[in-house]
Amino acid sequence: MIKGIHKDFGEGEVLKSVDLSVEKGDVIAILGPSGSGKTTLLRCMNFLETADGGTMCFDGEEFTFGHIKKKDIARLRKKTAFVFQNYNLFLNKTALQNVTEGLTVARKMPKAKAVAIGHKMLDKVGLSDRYDYYPHQLSGGQQQRVAIARAIATEPEIIYFDEPTSALDPELTGEVLEVMRQLAGDGMTMLVVTHELGFAKTVSNKVIFMEGGVVVEEGNAKDIFECPKQERTREFLRLA
Amino acid sequence: MWILQFAKEYDRIEHQYVKWGGCSLIHFYPENRNRKVTEMSERTLHILTDSFWKILLPGLKVTLPLTAIAFAMALVIAIFVALIQFANVKVLKQIARVYIWVIRGTPLIVQLYLVFYGISGLGYLINPFVCAAFVLAINEGAYCAETMRAALEAVPVGQLEAGYCAGMKYHQIIRRIVLPQAMRTAFPPLSNSLLSMMKDTSLVASITVAEMFMAAQRIVARTYEPLLVYTEVALMYLVFSTVLTGLQHLGEKRLNRYRGTKKAVSR
Repeated sequence: MIKGIHKDFGEGEVLKSVDLSVEKGDVIAILGPSGSGKTTLLRCMNFLETADGGTMCFDGEEFTFGHIKKKDIARLRKKTAFVFQNYNLFLNKTALQNVTEGLTVARKMPKAKAVAIGHKMLDKVGLSDRYDYYPHQLSGGQQQRVAIARAIATEPEIIYFDEPTSALDPELTGEVLEVMRQLAGDGMTMLVVTHELGFAKTVSNKVIFMEGGVVVEEGNAKDIFECPKQERTREFLRLA
Repeated sequence: MWILQFAKEYDRIEHQYVKWGGCSLIHFYPENRNRKVTEMSERTLHILTDSFWKILLPGLKVTLPLTAIAFAMALVIAIFVALIQFANVKVLKQIARVYIWVIRGTPLIVQLYLVFYGISGLGYLINPFVCAAFVLAINEGAYCAETMRAALEAVPVGQLEAGYCAGMKYHQIIRRIVLPQAMRTAFPPLSNSLLSMMKDTSLVASITVAEMFMAAQRIVARTYEPLLVYTEVALMYLVFSTVLTGLQHLGEKRLNRYRGTKKAVSR
């Protein structure tokens, strides 16, 4: 749960006191036009950007943005995972090594055990024949699925998705969304910044619509898509 | 024509010179030509075979080890100095910039003289080889540090972010993710540096290190055949750098395994 997070990039506030609460098992879609602060919100939550203020309560622990210790950041990050728009797979590692790296290096897991998990996770995202491929040998969709395997391998409490399909063509988008749908079905907590309204509509249980650094409207997916209360939301959904 | 006059005069002097037992361009004279040519080629062959090992051995025993040792140290310095700047370590970063500024701003030969004769002048005996290795390393380290810094900065920032999100610590990400990728980018320019440093070892002849070029100089001093012997030593440097270039290609091939061969196709 987040309270009053705000972020100032110098040229106007990007996030103006955004509140957000996530329960275990939630699949929350964050929608909104470009520049509305959705990605920044996500990045602040994982400390990739430094928020200027606000508090976050995670697993019963409370943290103040801007005053959080490095050690706490490291500890929090181990409970979360992040899937990037441009995948950001480790370019010098194979698909399997990408998945095991966080286990063996960050969590000191024995190699054999990590490899077993790595195989299992790659199988899960349908890449059982691509263990030893380097990122440049994989398609965008496959890379993103490796990234998802990397994310779930650490059994995080929540996975942040930052426009996971924006760099993909429709066909590849489909295979990535299918994997995400599967994850949601498994009960994974997910916070997804996306432009895929279809995904938001059918998979997420909660939708947040942002613009200009504020939450314009939030509610369960069905309500937002069928009878949005705010004029701006209605307009956005009509255009999309 | 005045030029012909000069030529005639030259011939006269030359002839005189030969009569007195000198050796010169005299094989232009028909009566001397055959004798001179066989004598010349015999002498040439003798000098070449005689000097071959005398030049090559110091090359293998001094030039190459000096290159390897100095470059290995240079790499360590370069990575260290580049990482200090990349990680933005406060005071050390300023020191690193000053180091690069001073070293890149002064000639290598001056640095060699300054350290070797400077320290000797203070009354301390230092081993010229050790001195040469350190000066070369410190010199090349400054250049390689800039190469490494550029290569580190060329690694996409997303690689670091992904590392953080995987729960890795900064030093783990640098060592396992960023540095290997930077090394691949830096490999060709570093090979360049290695090559030019191998050739720069010829400068350490002037601080009494008996390497390949000094061996050649000594032979020239004895035989008065600069063209021949310096050509010979040049060819040996060429052979050495050809081998190093070959190694570079092998290394690149190996490092390319995680990087598609990017070739621009001209249309």
